[in-house]
Amino acid sequence: MAFFHALQINENVCEGCSHCMRVCPTEAIRVRDGKAHINEDRCIDCGHCFIACPHKAVFVKQDDFEEIFKYPCRVALVPAVFLGQFKEEISVSRIYAILNEIGFQHVIETEITTPLYTEKKNQLEREGNNKPLISSFCPAIVRLIQVKFPGLVENIMPVKAPLDITAMYIRRKLEKDGWRPEDIGVFYVTPCAAKIAAVKSPVGEEKSSVDGVINMDSLYNRVYKKIKEQGHDYKEVKLPIAQLTSDSILTSLTNGERRLSIAEHSLSIDGIDNVIEFLEKVENDEIEDVDFLELRACDQSCPGGILTYNNRFLTCERMFNRARYVAGKERRGELTRAKEVEDEHDYLFANISVDEVEPRSISLDPDISKALEKMNKIKELERLLPQIDCGICGAPSCDALAEDIVCRGCKLSDCIFIQRNMEAHKTQKVEESLKTMESIWGYEKIENFVKNK
Amino acid sequence: MHLEYTVIEGDFVNAGSASSAIKKTLKQLNVNPSIVKRVVVALYEAEVNAIAHAYGGVVTADIDAGKILLRVIDKGPGIPDIDWAMQEGNSTASPEVRNMGFGAGMGLPNIKKNVDRLNVQSTVGVGTTVEMEVNLS
Repeated sequence: MAFFHALQINENVCEGCSHCMRVCPTEAIRVRDGKAHINEDRCIDCGHCFIACPHKAVFVKQDDFEEIFKYPCRVALVPAVFLGQFKEEISVSRIYAILNEIGFQHVIETEITTPLYTEKKNQLEREGNNKPLISSFCPAIVRLIQVKFPGLVENIMPVKAPLDITAMYIRRKLEKDGWRPEDIGVFYVTPCAAKIAAVKSPVGEEKSSVDGVINMDSLYNRVYKKIKEQGHDYKEVKLPIAQLTSDSILTSLTNGERRLSIAEHSLSIDGIDNVIEFLEKVENDEIEDVDFLELRACDQSCPGGILTYNNRFLTCERMFNRARYVAGKERRGELTRAKEVEDEHDYLFANISVDEVEPRSISLDPDISKALEKMNKIKELERLLPQIDCGICGAPSCDALAEDIVCRGCKLSDCIFIQRNMEAHKTQKVEESLKTMESIWGYEKIENFVKNK
Repeated sequence: MHLEYTVIEGDFVNAGSASSAIKKTLKQLNVNPSIVKRVVVALYEAEVNAIAHAYGGVVTADIDAGKILLRVIDKGPGIPDIDWAMQEGNSTASPEVRNMGFGAGMGLPNIKKNVDRLNVQSTVGVGTTVEMEVNLS
């Protein structure tokens, strides 16, 4: 089965510098013929490669903006993080007005249905099966667990993320208003690549309610251009539906789910390396008595998404301030509750669950005898390799090269130490070594840096 | 395939390193996650036992297509009454060990729950060998 990946490499720009290969948490990247290649079975769309690339060769595939005009009824599904991209003096209602102007008749914030999500989460926490319960909020984490921690997939709560619940809600509402289902286009404004993958190949459900995805950075450009054009001459719209609660505004920040957890012991961890470190322990059963885990792939959670513009700490600050302002209104009883959403509570709640998440195993072979055979060969090879993980073979580590030799047709002489060894023992000529290096790093690099005097 | 790891007396900090390494291997072999989990739980428990009660030892794993055979071989002091030790709640752990969250007397019973075959051989003054076998399919 093929998985949709939003992260792709532009080979025209890629210099094969291997920065991405060295940071990939699932060792999904190899350099061949002077270009980086992503192994689609291993990639979890976390975006580390995107951040590491010095040449902007990693890009995030998005739908063409003009796609929205295929639909007579156009909805922008906007996460609170988007509004957090702008300075505080640019009001939420002004941004809404601009989104209307550039083509969306309806603007709805993703987090408007988080009270339902939280309600379902708390119900699962109370039931207390499969401890610790792992949040399904971050799609990169769901994919990480599928690929790297298959034993923990049953701990992931089988619940739609708020973005999917809100998409389901707005479709229902617009259909009730008289729109035909095929005329409604719901477009999600994404802060990260993983959410695109989640929409294009959802885990645990057949099809997403979202029709397309717009990258947050490109929408930021469009909106900011309008802001600049408008200067002081702009309009604001009356916010179409009730505002988010302070709790909902904070959901996509680190601790956003945890602070509403009813469990006695819950943790929130952001940053994919931190998450991996902790999940290793959970998988070993070394962690006892943790009821709920909020895990997010990006530092500072969604404000740290790779498609955001604003500095993540500043985004957090703006979102905090917004939540604080709303919390004041809540205390004074001035907040208009999302009654329209509440009216659909039963329908949404009945459709909030997804199938249990399946593992996406990256084993050596589906047949255990063959896998064992391969593993024995790999262990032998690992002893022959220098274990310094220099990456000159085009693989991120010596162990990865050993596996590539057994499973993916690489050669032991891809290792530069082995090449020197063979040259010293006159079993390989220098020219042959250079040919090998060329097959990894490309003709140009060998020509420019090795052959050139 | 044969794997071997050393266990050092009192080294709780590194408890779980053998089970971690074996877990990684089993995952690459496409062993069902629920079986991997049982192996890890049983071995971690046995590892902690050897660290808490014994003067260190060695963990070995032999894997073939049908099963994994794990041995935790320690260098003493040995268990005087194995049947007593097999019962839940019975423990000879020192107060220090209990303070670290271990020593609830669930070690051997918990291992038994998770493996397909368990054999404990012990000679007082010589050492204990805990032999655990788990079917892989």
